[in-house]
Amino acid sequence: MLRFILSRLLQAIPVLLVVITVTFFLVRFAPGGPFDGERKVDPSVLKALEAQYNLDQPLMSQYFSFLGDLVQGDLGPSFKYPGRSVNELIGAGFPITAELGIYAILVALLIGAIAGVFSALKPNSARDYISMSTAMIGICMPAFLLGPLLILIFGIWLEWLPVSGWGDLPGDKILPSVTLGAVYAAYVARLSRGGMLEVLSQDYIRTARAKGLPEHVVILKHGLRAGMLPVVAYLGPAFAGILSGSFVIESVFQIQGLGRFYVLAAFNRDYTLIMGCTVFLATLIIVFNLLSDVLSAYLNPRLRSQLGGK
Amino acid sequence: MTASNSTLNQTSTMNDIEQFESGNSLWHDAWVRLRKNKLALVSLFVLIFIGVICLLTPWIAPYGYEQQDLALGASAPSAAHWFGTDTLGRDLLTRVMYGGRVSLAVGLIATAVALTIGVTWGAIAGYTGGRVDAIMMRLVDIIYALPFMIFIVLLMVVFGRSLLLLFLAIGAVEWLTMARIVRGQVQTIRQLEFVEAAISIGLSKAAIIRRHIIPNALGPVIVYTTLTIPNVMLLEAFLSFLGLGIQPPESSWGVLIANGVESMEEYPWLLIFPGLALSIVLFSLNFLGDGLRDALDVRASKD
Amino acid sequence: MNINIKASLIHTHLKQAVRLLLITVSVLAIVSCGTRETRVEEGNRLGIFHVENSAEPQSIDPHVSTGVPENNIMVALYEGLVAKHHETLEPIPGIADRWEISEDGKTYVFHIRDNAKWSNGDPITAEDFHWSWSRALDPKMGNQYAYMLFPIKNAEPFATGKLDNFDDVGVRVISEKVLEVELENPIPYFLQLLDHHAAYAVHKDSILEFGEKTDRFSKWTRPGNMITSGAFRLKDWKIYKVLKVEKNPYYWDKESVSLNEIHFYPIENFSTAERMFRVGQVHKTFEIPLNKVDVYRQESPEKFRNAPYIGTYYYQFNLSRPPFDNIKVRQALSLAIDRDTINQSVMYGIVEPAYSLTPPGAAGYQPPKLIEFNPEKAKKLLAEAGYPNGEGFPDVELLYNTNESHRKLAVAVQQMWNKHLGINVQLLNQEWKVYIASRNNLDYDIARAGWIGDVVDPINFLDLGLSSNGNNRSAYDNPEYDKMILETIPQSQTHEERLANFAKAEEMILTDLPFVPIYTYKTKYLLDPSVKGLSPNFLDHYGYKHVTLGN
Repeated sequence: MLRFILSRLLQAIPVLLVVITVTFFLVRFAPGGPFDGERKVDPSVLKALEAQYNLDQPLMSQYFSFLGDLVQGDLGPSFKYPGRSVNELIGAGFPITAELGIYAILVALLIGAIAGVFSALKPNSARDYISMSTAMIGICMPAFLLGPLLILIFGIWLEWLPVSGWGDLPGDKILPSVTLGAVYAAYVARLSRGGMLEVLSQDYIRTARAKGLPEHVVILKHGLRAGMLPVVAYLGPAFAGILSGSFVIESVFQIQGLGRFYVLAAFNRDYTLIMGCTVFLATLIIVFNLLSDVLSAYLNPRLRSQLGGK
Repeated sequence: MTASNSTLNQTSTMNDIEQFESGNSLWHDAWVRLRKNKLALVSLFVLIFIGVICLLTPWIAPYGYEQQDLALGASAPSAAHWFGTDTLGRDLLTRVMYGGRVSLAVGLIATAVALTIGVTWGAIAGYTGGRVDAIMMRLVDIIYALPFMIFIVLLMVVFGRSLLLLFLAIGAVEWLTMARIVRGQVQTIRQLEFVEAAISIGLSKAAIIRRHIIPNALGPVIVYTTLTIPNVMLLEAFLSFLGLGIQPPESSWGVLIANGVESMEEYPWLLIFPGLALSIVLFSLNFLGDGLRDALDVRASKD
Repeated sequence: MNINIKASLIHTHLKQAVRLLLITVSVLAIVSCGTRETRVEEGNRLGIFHVENSAEPQSIDPHVSTGVPENNIMVALYEGLVAKHHETLEPIPGIADRWEISEDGKTYVFHIRDNAKWSNGDPITAEDFHWSWSRALDPKMGNQYAYMLFPIKNAEPFATGKLDNFDDVGVRVISEKVLEVELENPIPYFLQLLDHHAAYAVHKDSILEFGEKTDRFSKWTRPGNMITSGAFRLKDWKIYKVLKVEKNPYYWDKESVSLNEIHFYPIENFSTAERMFRVGQVHKTFEIPLNKVDVYRQESPEKFRNAPYIGTYYYQFNLSRPPFDNIKVRQALSLAIDRDTINQSVMYGIVEPAYSLTPPGAAGYQPPKLIEFNPEKAKKLLAEAGYPNGEGFPDVELLYNTNESHRKLAVAVQQMWNKHLGINVQLLNQEWKVYIASRNNLDYDIARAGWIGDVVDPINFLDLGLSSNGNNRSAYDNPEYDKMILETIPQSQTHEERLANFAKAEEMILTDLPFVPIYTYKTKYLLDPSVKGLSPNFLDHYGYKHVTLGN
């Protein structure tokens, strides 16, 4: 197992290198530079600015000096916000996005698992359809529609919850978490429904029933554990997806998270911030995919022996 | 795994594509099972209905696409304008119909791109195996590690916007899962008797892939395709939200919704109708996909 | 089978769980909110002004920063040698309590008031301004607004690296509190420039403590490090969340400051900002979303502020590309735009139709109204240009940057040209930076543009047409016009003569029409009625020190 993890980590290095290289040159070739604005920048001023940001160096040497700094863990200063380093910005944005992501996953698990199990008990019934439809709202409606709708209902009509912010006013974390969680609830519901359907037809469930165990014990104790296996395997990629896809939620609710930094950086041509976020998120995605592989291998005895033997 | 094996056992008896297409117990069973799923069936009909309307739009739309009435402005649904008008006095029904064409086209074409790349890639990797497989799948991992949304945003920013690019960009992102699924299927199928038999009688690799492997991996591919279309349509909507989507005066449901959200309290119809249109299609596609998954007895490996 | 019966047992369990969850959420919601006082009400009680400020400030170093949101914060943190009256914008004493101007209008002597202090209690001296301006003009600084100081003698050669010694620049420290400034040419609006952020003094010791003089990446602008000269000082700054300033206890005029704190919130999304305003989370928004205009106008007009603002929204032609090298084509397109309808139907009447490039009223200037809507004449001119009824008119694109109101306006204009001239113009929207690059590289046919004045003077608009102006971006090159702006106008002897020359220049540029004015901007934001003393003015300059809160 350790060797498996180590070799996967080693393989991650060339992957990261490719991601970095592609992004680096992609953003440099985007039309418009970091200092372009409504007012044309005087050429002499532009020269001074480029010198301060090392943009006057040849592109390749900029690339290698970026890699050099990266190895030392220095992502450089932000282009758009000169007083701030990219490390600092990521440090400020990531915990918030991560918190949002964790709550969203919890919401997704709660809604998705309930709906999935509920509908698996009686497939193709009205109950199945209704619970699956509810769970699927998040993937049948763009988040930039669901978010404002929830705000309108709970923030403006009912005045129960704040309309924006994160950790600012009490209760302001509820709506963003629900909105983001709704997207993933659908997948969780789908997976747990499928998982449960499969498990419920297995021999050992029949055995358990034959032994005369109460049905809810059979389902909750035996069925649920195995039925949730695909959900667990899904959590890693889901969390990684949430981290890079939380932009819409962060924008609608004006949350100061990493997703918002990232997309705004792309629009601002904040070269260093784009690179920093890319490296950081790509690393996270790789790690989470690895974690979820390890976890599902660990939970699945058949695969575990395979890995152990490698 | 066990479930898909049973599927394969049934199909492994056929070794001819004509026979495969001419109908057999598997597809017949699937159809019977799908018919039991009323929601999936209703979804199928809804999709056909909306598809036909969108196809016929240029002939049946009540107004001209760009026809404005600045003096009228935004007006609520009425006999003259069933869905109301937008702030420039344009008929919303017409715009929703035309927008549907774009949204569905984006969904279908981008999915087709993803399908083509993904299936080819996955089939080659899975069939060839060994080092080629390792390299090809490593590439897939690399692209997986790119933060997708940002990748697309960057692409759209760098290369400007065109419909074609939009299709390609979205397709380029969505093929990955397809490649993985197909590769897994192909690897399993490849080891089955009838394929080995084909190899032994000297059929070329391409012919084997085309005639044996692809048809047999079709089930999961169909299911996944049905579920990719709504993803793509949502992605298009997301790009519209960022202002990177379709160019005006062209429109898509995503664009209409993004605009409608801004005025959802003043002119709710501008949000409700395009929102309903998109949601209904997405619901239908998802239910149809799930229904097909149940009917074809497919377990998606990663979704 | 009994599975169904058993299964329904599970359902009741699940149902209970769901019910419990719903109850918890509702209780939480009700407890957390209910009738709690809003942030605005709390702000009124504590003297905290909550301002929605559109974007995260890029920097609050006055020699680095460039945008309007940044400026809105810096006017609280700093004061210029000369300040602006918060209503009339007339120059009034700021850090300097008096000044003398020489007969020839070229030499200014400023006397810094005795009680002018930095926010840490250090006295503000003439040397501070001397050092700050040497920083603002330092070529290494990369200050995009350095040109605001170019009227000072030798400032431009120094800033562009042609002159190395700052001693040759026309700024001299006469004594601790007296500063002499020598200009290249007498210009009537020089005092106004001193209230621009490029001319603010910055605190030397704290800057040098945290980095080099011209270091853009320095941490001197952080809370705890930053020392400023204005009515407020930096208290807290959380990126993308809030920037807080508090009353400066060392400010010379602290008695007139009523607010204890101002909190600036960076909210890019106007709709979100409006919702925050509606539920009492902010006192003021940066801008009202277009769709909300009618609602506020009908239901609470007292909250909607719509006042004249010194800015022009225009379409510009790329004169280096046919058919826009033909003056008749440009005139025809301008004549076919119905600006009144645009204002009423597209912009909900919150702007003014523009009939000139310069907004009327700048420094007492009333520009001639040479723009009209005349489809007949437009058709005739287009025919004369060789495109009768739009026949044979090439495929051209109208470029704008991604934004809802630009889009709406472009769609409307596209239709007007189609209807009145029979030409079909394609729309092209580009994301902001791409749009800027396209305009800079003259890679467009027709482009949307906007210009907001830095100072209240017509020259600020009319010099857009200079062939040498980087902001021209239309390839318009008229030597006669250049001569008018560069020679005739500066040599005007009296204010009246100067205004008359402006009118002549305006006439020239409105005949040539490299720029087609569409509308004159007005400020359009929401303001809670509890905010008093935030006077509307032409530059949308906020005199926070006159603001009071209360009902």
